[in-house]
Amino acid sequence: MTVAGRDPPPFFRRGPAPFARLAFFVIVSLALLGLDLRQRYLEPLRQALTVVTYPLRTLALAPVQALREAGGYLAAHGTLRRENARLAEQTVRAAATLLRHEQLELENRQLRSLLAMRDRQPAKGVVAEVLYATRDAYSRKVVIDKGTRQAVRAGQVVIDDLGVIGQVTRAFPLTAEVTLITDREQAVPVQVRRNALRAVLFGAGDGLLELRYLAGNADVREGDELVTSGLDGIYLPGLAVGRVARLAREGTGAFARIFATPIAGVERDALVLVLGERVLPAAPPRDAVTPREQRPARARAGKK
Amino acid sequence: MQPTHSSKRILQGVRNWFILASLLGALLLDLIPVGRLPGWPDWVALVLAFWCVRERFKVGMAAGFLLGIVMDVADASVMGEHALAYVLLAYGAGWLSRRILWFPLSRQALHILPLMLGTQAVTTGVRMIGGGDFPGWTYFLASVSTAVLWIPIHYLLLLPQYRPAEKDENRPI
Repeated sequence: MTVAGRDPPPFFRRGPAPFARLAFFVIVSLALLGLDLRQRYLEPLRQALTVVTYPLRTLALAPVQALREAGGYLAAHGTLRRENARLAEQTVRAAATLLRHEQLELENRQLRSLLAMRDRQPAKGVVAEVLYATRDAYSRKVVIDKGTRQAVRAGQVVIDDLGVIGQVTRAFPLTAEVTLITDREQAVPVQVRRNALRAVLFGAGDGLLELRYLAGNADVREGDELVTSGLDGIYLPGLAVGRVARLAREGTGAFARIFATPIAGVERDALVLVLGERVLPAAPPRDAVTPREQRPARARAGKK
Repeated sequence: MQPTHSSKRILQGVRNWFILASLLGALLLDLIPVGRLPGWPDWVALVLAFWCVRERFKVGMAAGFLLGIVMDVADASVMGEHALAYVLLAYGAGWLSRRILWFPLSRQALHILPLMLGTQAVTTGVRMIGGGDFPGWTYFLASVSTAVLWIPIHYLLLLPQYRPAEKDENRPI
């Protein structure tokens, strides 16, 4: 009740009512969600917070790494010897391929120079260790221990000894986030190695991959190997990605449902290689592309 | 304040630094990268709900919002996802705080279970709208384990307040 137009002095100052506060924070959260999902304006804030919480995260990582090291320490003698023998054998076998590979590379270069084609870019990169899989249950990402200070940039491709495992989607100063190819939002342009049929490979959840947008009668068989096509300008061509595991050609749909399993150890790797950024040949001059119409040349830059 | 409203014991007042330390400790536990272990509890949500019930004028939606932002960055999830969920959790816990303390601990845990399920439902809903992957029903086991932990966390976090007001040199403990 107001007396002479004035409120009585409050006994307890408690700020705005709980419901008003709830409305305020919900609106701010929803605004953040919208900004982050649609526009990605919040990357500087995320970068800053990642740096600030780095000591805390390192501290939290300590027990996991201690456990891992303890496990390694307790590994049986026999296991280590077996692994050593296997690795030695692998090295010898790899040496033979490597020698032939060098010779083939040389021959390839000569042939390419004969054909006056551009050199293929040699693969270079940074070796990184996978620190942990993020706890976010709705996507498939891992964090590696190399960041922008080791020249890791968003968009770079990450492989292991067998094939592609993913792509760097966020690079922080000391760490980087890699979205695995099994993530639902990750797309890899591929071709079938057998017949060079081009398609796009998406994550399908549960560690599987799905080859989408292929006609129902497309020439794909079980066991076909899928390699990167390099058309996107981000992935180097010819890296192994997956192997076709299951085909479902339903009568009604215009598209075949084709599932593949990743070749690389996508969700169990410890050491990975972050490939350097791909250098694209310069785009041809505009006049040469559109001599008649004044249409702007379409940018070739890839997604994400 | 009493341990529960039906108890006759009067506790000491809570210290602010202890609330802060317990929230930081919970954050540290949540930052441990356990990957996709089903049923790993959400420690921050648990401790946040605890203090929202016990001290709803000290810990509330602002704390939930800040902790949520930190969790979003650490989890590599969408910014605002955990913030929204924790703000709603803090509001729900504050709203429950007048009622829940009349019950014995096991029934308090039963009150906490729907709160935690709601928190997980909010994050799941937000991510599904944003094009995420459904994590499977075992994901919601985390709510059950979090609610069960309400009982030990009650004793653990009230331990400093259980100390006697006057220090007695001759008392053994």
